[in-house]
Amino acid sequence: MLEKALTGSKRYYGWMAALLAVIGVGFACYLWQYSFGLGITGMSRDVSWGFYIAQFTFLVGVAASAVMVVLPYYLHNYKAFGRITILGEFLAVASVTMCVLFIFVDLGQPTRVVNVLLHPTPNSVLFWDMIVLNGYLLLNIVIAWKVLEAERNDVAPPGWLKPFIYISIPWAVSIHTVTAYLYCGLPGRGFWLTAILAPRFLSSAFAAGPALLILLCMIVRKFTRFDPGKEQIQSLAKVVAYAITVNVFFFLCEVFVVFYSRIPEHMDHLTYLFVGLHGHGVLVPWMWASMILMVVSIILLVNPITRKNETVLIVACITVFVGTWIDKGLGMISGGFVPSPLHHVNEYVPTVPEVLIALGIWAIGFLVLTVLYKIGVTIKEEIAGLA
Amino acid sequence: MESGRRSFLKIAGLSALGIGAKPVLDVLASSEPGATSKPETMKGKDVLTAKRWALVVDTRKIESEEDLEPMIEICDKIHNVPKFENKRHEIKWIWMEEFKHAFPTQEHEFLDERVEHLPFLTLCNHCEKPACVRACPTKATFKRQDGIVLMDFHRCIGCRFCMAACPYGSRSFNFRDPRPFIKEINPKFPTRTKGVVEKCNFCAERLAVGKIPACVEVSNGALIFGDLDDPESEVRETLRTNYTIRRKPALGAGPSIFYIV
Amino acid sequence: MPNNKKMYDKGKVIAGLCIFVVMITFPFWYNLGKAAPAPEPKLTGKAAEAGQQCVESKEYMKAEHMQILNDWRDTVVRDAKRIYVNSTGKKFEMSLSNTCLDCHTEKAEFCDKCHNYASVSPYCWDCHVDPKEEM
Repeated sequence: MLEKALTGSKRYYGWMAALLAVIGVGFACYLWQYSFGLGITGMSRDVSWGFYIAQFTFLVGVAASAVMVVLPYYLHNYKAFGRITILGEFLAVASVTMCVLFIFVDLGQPTRVVNVLLHPTPNSVLFWDMIVLNGYLLLNIVIAWKVLEAERNDVAPPGWLKPFIYISIPWAVSIHTVTAYLYCGLPGRGFWLTAILAPRFLSSAFAAGPALLILLCMIVRKFTRFDPGKEQIQSLAKVVAYAITVNVFFFLCEVFVVFYSRIPEHMDHLTYLFVGLHGHGVLVPWMWASMILMVVSIILLVNPITRKNETVLIVACITVFVGTWIDKGLGMISGGFVPSPLHHVNEYVPTVPEVLIALGIWAIGFLVLTVLYKIGVTIKEEIAGLA
Repeated sequence: MESGRRSFLKIAGLSALGIGAKPVLDVLASSEPGATSKPETMKGKDVLTAKRWALVVDTRKIESEEDLEPMIEICDKIHNVPKFENKRHEIKWIWMEEFKHAFPTQEHEFLDERVEHLPFLTLCNHCEKPACVRACPTKATFKRQDGIVLMDFHRCIGCRFCMAACPYGSRSFNFRDPRPFIKEINPKFPTRTKGVVEKCNFCAERLAVGKIPACVEVSNGALIFGDLDDPESEVRETLRTNYTIRRKPALGAGPSIFYIV
Repeated sequence: MPNNKKMYDKGKVIAGLCIFVVMITFPFWYNLGKAAPAPEPKLTGKAAEAGQQCVESKEYMKAEHMQILNDWRDTVVRDAKRIYVNSTGKKFEMSLSNTCLDCHTEKAEFCDKCHNYASVSPYCWDCHVDPKEEM
């Protein structure tokens, strides 16, 4: 089935060439980082995790969101989603691939990454993160491939696949929970030391992932002869509506706890993000933008009139995606590190090479996504007799 | 020629396995070279041992930064700690902080003037329950039997999870090759390389040859070093007769650095 | 029914195979007659005086020095033991810079000679200091 990705329209080749160009630039920057060290990024002694880990955290969420399509279809027989499970699973594969790459480029000694396998350390959450992420990647590749292959040959998928599909449902929740556990078990980081971090990660993920999936479905509908379906998109939109509402609610819970209790150490992080601390506030406009975007998206998605209008839906999905990306991709990391445990405020801003490397990895993710979608969609077109 | 190609590939794969088997078996067979018995290793005869190394900082003996500078300088010197212009990349094993930064949970508006402006010696606390050790995915940072939280620079993958975990900000990362930024390299101690995390090592290399940590040696009595597990040690005596505080005690990390304020 | 006995694109396939064979055997025919002689690491300083008395025998060190250094680093760093008792009962401090290079004073003549020949670049020297360099 892979050969389906090798042929396509001029636009397809153009898109792939553009992605390869971005990947090339990112790769060149990475070679520089590999020889110089992580000093080319904006990270510092006080903010020792930055853009790469932030992207990783955000993308684990997008990957986990495949469960929002798999669960209704396989557990509750919601037949409509049968059309798009492949799209959700392939999105998960592309996302987890990006996650693994973001971790790799963040390592100071990447050639030693095998040490995590040679010296397993079960008390370290990172050890479990590696296991669940790679497991999830494998699960989704196998499941999506086998289901697609079966569809193409007009047979039911093999019986042994069912248990794996069922396992993938709690596994999806686990990947994002474990990622949240990286943060929420650290005693010295008050901003992250909250039980609601894992639920908040999941709610933000179930908003961002399906929102992206909706946008991808619309792109597929526009550029190919396969239509994922109006009902499918509307169901996904309802998922996003609830998830983003819950996400903002969880965030407001955090705000209440912190500012009603008036504990200075806890207030400092949110104050830094939304008002600025000791004259430093580079993230302030970003955080307010994120809040406004998320509230706007709630209004647009909860209201059925605006939700059913697919043009408005596109806008809503973009606001959800960007809003949650800022919240998780920028705010969460800096918020945890600033102020430092010694109460110093040293801000973090990513550098240009850092962003280029990150863009290169996003481009790799989109390359993987395009290849997989090309295969999946072409086969679905063939089945529907539209090829 | 579908089936022809498949059977060709099958035969080729089996042959590759077969041909590859001999060298692999050779390597496995020869994993015992001449020496049949495991060579003996031991500690030096002068080694200082303990169950729980700890440090007491007697701030009453410190008046200003000048008193602390020799302790910081000797550590930086013998451990090849680099000095960076760019504050983002700075590497600190032992340094000075004001009270409100070293003890953020204990400061208030009406601190006495002496404490408010006194520089406090800040370093890795070599905790009883180190969050960094719990976080490290490769055991590159680990707690030794004598209580020192040590770094194995050979194993560190530079993930910096330990830096996120440390509640005291005691760890530094090598964002670039440190060698050009070391004024005078001490050849008896290795430098580090880019991409690994480092911090105070309680002078493990000195303890191994019977010497107390360098900062203690030059502290003129301001630093007291010893074994918390030994009731007769000087640290225990000092702790019995003086009120001491530790940094962020509520977190339960069990720091081994005590301050007489 | 495709013909199973005919080779399609015969000319292109054979031409491609020839190019492949030439490329894959490049190192052999390009370096014909240029074989570098095996390196002769030189013993200098205390190593030369001590005769053939390294931490272990010459043959053992040749084959196992990498493993020895690996074991040493784990024992020193993780087990807090710094003294090595060799097979004849002699004691050494386990240290690359302070023991090995104390006798083998010329890294370029000793270590690097074989390493360069075998195209091996151990990363020990990123951290461990060659005392000669710093003098």
